[in-house]
Amino acid sequence: MRIEVNGVEREVQDARLDAILNELGFAEAKVATAVNGDFVPLTARAERQLQPGDRLEVVAPMQGG
Amino acid sequence: MRDFYGVTLNSPLMLGTAQYPSPAVLAEAFRTSGAAVATVSLRRETGGGQDFWALVRELGVRILPNTAGCHSAREAVTTAQMARELFQTPWIKLEVIGHSDSLQPDPFELLKAARILCAEGFEVFPYTTEDLVLAERLVEAGCRVLMPWGAPIGSGLGLNNRYGLRSLRAHFPDIPLVVDAGLGLPSHAADAMELGYDAVLLNTAVAKAGDPAAMARAFALAAEAGRLAHEADPMEARDMAAPSTPVIGKAWLS
Repeated sequence: MRIEVNGVEREVQDARLDAILNELGFAEAKVATAVNGDFVPLTARAERQLQPGDRLEVVAPMQGG
Repeated sequence: MRDFYGVTLNSPLMLGTAQYPSPAVLAEAFRTSGAAVATVSLRRETGGGQDFWALVRELGVRILPNTAGCHSAREAVTTAQMARELFQTPWIKLEVIGHSDSLQPDPFELLKAARILCAEGFEVFPYTTEDLVLAERLVEAGCRVLMPWGAPIGSGLGLNNRYGLRSLRAHFPDIPLVVDAGLGLPSHAADAMELGYDAVLLNTAVAKAGDPAAMARAFALAAEAGRLAHEADPMEARDMAAPSTPVIGKAWLS
């Protein structure tokens, strides 16, 4: 299915968030996630199913003021 | 030294981590200044986040994640929730921007987000104006620190409204207050601390200096000098001169 990952359309095989992150290469990365603007905690990723067209945000620590 | 949600900091300097010429210069600025807090943010992962996180952990300072760039309470709340998981801290520097030119906080969305986050157990450091009514509401919402701006973010103008900042200090004697944003020179930091503020938070003035590490140290010394001066109870200023050398006993020589 096609979803939006950090503002870019991507084709993913799985619907589960943890599997999607694996597929996108974020398995080992220190990242946090939100789907359609709502936070999805690490502990809930395995149960969270995405739908076609969903907006996934994957964020990491960055410089800030 | 005042405590921030139960944490006593050993320096009144809080330093941002953005805009440095290199990660090495950033680390050096923290080393030379002894800054106690580093502000960080969250951005879409494009590969650099993991290295940055390793660098920040090595600084050995307390982490204060921000919600920079958020323009609504909803965005800020989601960002704070992600930050808490990622950085493993309940601290959040709550920024909800309402005006694109001045980067002035949106007081309505800020308050809305502060209420939600305080109820969720966050320890909120709200980036606010010096408005007393808004400050009251933020404290009622559960904020135990207030961070009024000195001047617009990145402007380097110093304390634009000393009267407002002084009023805020007088109205909230028991709330830790931090001047956040707009400082350009160490004298601005000393000024804020002399007003009785508990800390200063800055980024651009250090990161964009020709020698960021030296400037970071200058800010640390100035903030500390201002803190000592405030605690030493400064004299009242007056309009007329008053001789400091005793007049009595002066020889009659004319």
